Parts: sequence; structure tokens; C-alpha cells
Amino acid sequence: MRRYFGRKLFIYLLTFWVAATIDWMIPRFMPGDPIQSLLSRTQVAPEAVASLIAYYKSLFGLDQAIPQQYLNFWVAMAHGDLGRSVYLSGRPVVDVIMAALPYTLALLVPAILLSWWTGNKAGAFAARRRVLDNTILPVGYILTATPYMWLAIMLAWIFASVLGIFPISGGYGYALEPSLSWTFIKDLAWHWALPFASLFLVMFGGWAIGMRNMIIYELDADYSRYLSALGAPSGLVRRYAFRNAVLPQITGLALQLGVIVAGALVTEIVFSYPGIGKLLLAAVQNQDYFLLQGIFLFIIVGVLVANFLVDIAYVLVDPRTRVGMSGGTA
Amino acid sequence: MSGPTPVEAFPAAGPSRAAPADESVSRRREILYFALRGRKVVVATAVLVALALVAIVGPILRPGDPNAFVGPLGAPPSEEYWFGTTTFGQDVFAQFAHGLTATFVVGLLGGGVAAIIGMAVGFIAGYRGGVIDEVLNMLTNVVLVIPTLAMLIVVTAYLQARGLVLEAAFIGLTSWPWAARAIRAQTFSLKSREFVDLARISGVSSLRVVFREIAPNMSSYLFMTFILMFGGAILIAASLDFIGLGPTEGTSLGLMMYNAVAWSALQLEMWWWFIPPGIGITAIVGALYVMNVGLDEIFNPRLRES
Repeated sequence: MRRYFGRKLFIYLLTFWVAATIDWMIPRFMPGDPIQSLLSRTQVAPEAVASLIAYYKSLFGLDQAIPQQYLNFWVAMAHGDLGRSVYLSGRPVVDVIMAALPYTLALLVPAILLSWWTGNKAGAFAARRRVLDNTILPVGYILTATPYMWLAIMLAWIFASVLGIFPISGGYGYALEPSLSWTFIKDLAWHWALPFASLFLVMFGGWAIGMRNMIIYELDADYSRYLSALGAPSGLVRRYAFRNAVLPQITGLALQLGVIVAGALVTEIVFSYPGIGKLLLAAVQNQDYFLLQGIFLFIIVGVLVANFLVDIAYVLVDPRTRVGMSGGTA
Repeated sequence: MSGPTPVEAFPAAGPSRAAPADESVSRRREILYFALRGRKVVVATAVLVALALVAIVGPILRPGDPNAFVGPLGAPPSEEYWFGTTTFGQDVFAQFAHGLTATFVVGLLGGGVAAIIGMAVGFIAGYRGGVIDEVLNMLTNVVLVIPTLAMLIVVTAYLQARGLVLEAAFIGLTSWPWAARAIRAQTFSLKSREFVDLARISGVSSLRVVFREIAPNMSSYLFMTFILMFGGAILIAASLDFIGLGPTEGTSLGLMMYNAVAWSALQLEMWWWFIPPGIGITAIVGALYVMNVGLDEIFNPRLRES
């Protein structure tokens, strides 16, 4: 088990290093000059351009040698300094992201856990049951093929614009101030419902299909046939099959995390939900590169931490990894 | 299984058969038989062909710039403008047709690049084994864990001019690990089979062993991998376009949704602006997924519905 976690941890640290290095490299080695584009957005007298470029270069530390810049980057990150947001008038990037993070987590965590659980249950229930299989399966395929933002757009259009049941945008009503009052929490939940539902539905389809296919595969395995031949009730056989089929689904959850986070980002954009996704759109539209890079680092760390949590869950579920046998090679 | 079994359908089994050429013909016919009998592949192919026709014929029907301001402002679908017009009087059908073309291009190119890299990495890692396998496996795992779209956003945000081909290439360069892993595992299990050993001890080069002995035995698998990469590339491109990082020239289905949301089509209930692009993407990707399952059933008899 120590070997298993050691290996995993090494991969994650390596991934973080690679991702952070890419993050550092992009503004320095990509074609195009961020400082030039920063200057082009403000009106600067031509004779002042040269001195302004020099000023910005020293401000961002770009006048130092490349290895020194790389070192500075890691030192700054160790101090929790990701630079300042240009578009939000110089607020520290970390503060800006931390303010948006709770909204994104409040959407993502329940949506991931609930859709994984119910999707697996539904898929396992539908497998080898003709009528259910013929209804759940096509619905699942349509849901999992739907782009996240389009389902969000459709829900917003139907339930907010046409029917007027839910609010169409924002994290809470414009008339309210964030507080711990009952009205605010109710309003918060009201705004949360649609983005959550659209994330949940797309993921639900994928898990249901995956589980259905795994169960069919497991029910064909020798141990299932042997159990049936012994006269075990089909419910028992299915329970055994489920426990085996759930392992690849846990691995699948880890592999899907990046896609899911991306889905949450675009869903937030549709609903103007005040999370990381909306921040990301603003960063892209305003060419706020520090904010953009900070968001990227936060997403990387989030996905790596979530991956590690999934690994722990895998060890809890699969006893083979605990005794150091195979399994869990994901 | 209802209906004729393949043996009944092709009563060629005489006492003196087993000529290899014969067998491969009957195998091909068996695959064709199940492909036509399985509704999944037929329906999926029909959907893809229909959309591909729109993607080819549409731009001919509506030539010129799909973003040109041609019609009335914000008009619902009519005889002249089949899918209505945007707030600025752009023809939604023209954008849809051009966007479909872009979607197919991104899917084929991005999926193709991803499949080729995945195959190269998977074959080398699986066939060579040892240190090379360890290193490649490490690389695969690292790229697998990195949230692809977040990285693509940062990379493309720095590009002033973005093209369709560049977008597809970036997507392909980041979405191969899944394919590499699957192909590596398959190669691993095939390489210890007798016919591969036989080829190896008769002095055939590694490249030839991989392409003549191993790859043909997993050709169906490779094709299905490509189909999944195709669909995945389309979804990634749609998200990227929706954040406003799509191609700077022309249009795409994701860009249409971006504009619809940005210009309040939701609040104005201009459903004709955002429904077609979403249906287009869902139909293509859904058809690809269903086709993948259908092909799986054809190549893997255990999965055929009884």
C-alpha cells in the first residue's frame, strides 16, 4: 500500500511540476508579447512607450535572466503570491480566486457525488432488463453526448426564460447582500438549482451507461455463472457484480475530473454564476494573464487533490490494493 | 438470437473448405451482415451522413461570409431564413452549415492527431516494454491527469490569431493519453501470442511485427478508439469556442452558442439562435458514441443482444 501511494504521489508531484512549468513558460515563449498588448489597450504617448515597457518588465521581473525568473516564480508561489489581477484593478489573484471558489465547489462536489451514485445505481438496475435498458440507454447516450453548456442553455431557456420558475443568472439576487440570513440562503439555493441540475444530468448519463456495460460484462464472468448455477438468487449475483463493476467506475471518476471541471466552467458562464468559470471568461476577455494563470494553477491543484481522494477511496473499496497485490494500477 | 444465424445465412461450410481466402471473405461478410442487422450502426451512420451533407451542401447554398449582416434583425425562422437571424441580422442557417463543417474538420483532425500519437505511444510502450515503457507510461499518466481544457485555455489565450487547424492540433496533442493506455494494454496482451513470437524469431523487424502482426489483430479496436477521440475532440472544441477562444476567422457551433449567450438570446427567447448549434453537436457526438457501441457488438459477439 505504501508503494501504491508513493507511486501515485510521485506522479501527482511530477504532474504539478510539469503543469506549473508550462504555466510559467507560456507567457515567456509564446509568440506575441503580453506587455505589448497591455500597452495597446491604453493610450500611451509614443515617446513614453520604451520607458513603459522597461517599467513593466522590471515590475513583472521579466528583465532578469530566465533561470532567475523561474526561481522567482516558485519562490512567489511558495509564498502564495500569484501576482495581481490587471482587470480587477490590482487585487491579488489569490484573493480573487478564493472569493469565487466556494461557488464552484458548491456546484461541483454535490453534482459529482450525486450523479456518480445515482448514475451507477440506475445503470446497474437497467442492465439486462429489457424495457429499462431500451429507455435508459438512449437517454444516457443523448445526455452524455450533450455539450455541458448546451444543456445549461436549454435548462435556462425553458425553466428560467419561458416558465420563469428559476432565476436565469447570477449567484444570488441583485437586491441582496451576502449574509447569513434565511432569505439569502433560500435565494442562494434558488440560483444554485439550475446550474447544479445541468451538471448533474450530463454526468448522470455517462455513469449510467458505463455501469450498465460493466454489469453486463460482470454477469457474463465465471463467478457470476457459477453463483447462478448454484441457484443463488439473481439479486445476490447482481450485488456481487456491482461490487466488481464499481471499481472501474471509481477509476473512471478520477480520469473524468478534468472534463467535469471544464463542464462546470462553461455551465457557470451560461448562468453568469459567480464562480471560477465566470472569472475565467472575464480573464480571457480582458487578457488578464495573471488571473488566467492563477486559475489554471488552482484547477490543477484541485484536480490533483481530487485524484488523490479518489485513490484513497479506491483503497477502501478494493481490498487487493491494501495487501499489496495487483489492482488499482490506474 | 432471433433471425438467421450467420451460419444459416452463409451456408458455405462444405467438408473441404478452410481455405484462408475463403475464411476472410466470409468473415468480412459476417461483419457486414451484423453491421446491417444492428440498427445502431445503421442509424448512427445515417445521422452522420445527413449532417455531413448539410456541412457540404450548406456552404454552397449560402456562399460567402456566414457572419455577414444580410437579413432583418432577430427574425424567427422563415422561408427565406430557415433558422432565422441573429440580433445583428446574420443568417443562422449559414452559420450552422459553416459551423458544422468546422466541427467535422476539428473532430477529424483533432481525433486523428490524438489517435496517431496514442497509437505510436501505445505500440512502442506495449511492444518494447522495460524502461521505455516506464518512461512513456509516466508521460501518459502525467498528461492524463492534467485538466486538458484548462491548459488549452491558457495556451490559446495568448494567441492573437487562431485557426481551425491549430485548434485541432492543440486538442490532438493533449487528448491522446487515453488512447495510448488502451492500445498499450492491447499490445501487451497480443505480443506474447504465438504468431507474434513466430514472426519475431523469423527475423522480421519490430516495425513490421507491429504493423503486420499486431495492429491488424486490433484494427477494430483502433477504429473504435479513433471514433471516441473524434467525438471527444468535438466536445473539447465546443467548450473552447464557448469561452471565446475558438477560431478568430469564420464561425463554429461553439462560437454560435457563445454569441447567443453573450448577446442575451436566452433573455430575448431567440431559441432559433442557440438550439441548432447544440443539436448539431449532440447529434454528431451521440451518433459517434452509438456507432462505437454498435461496432463493439459486431466485433465482440459476447455483447450482441440476445
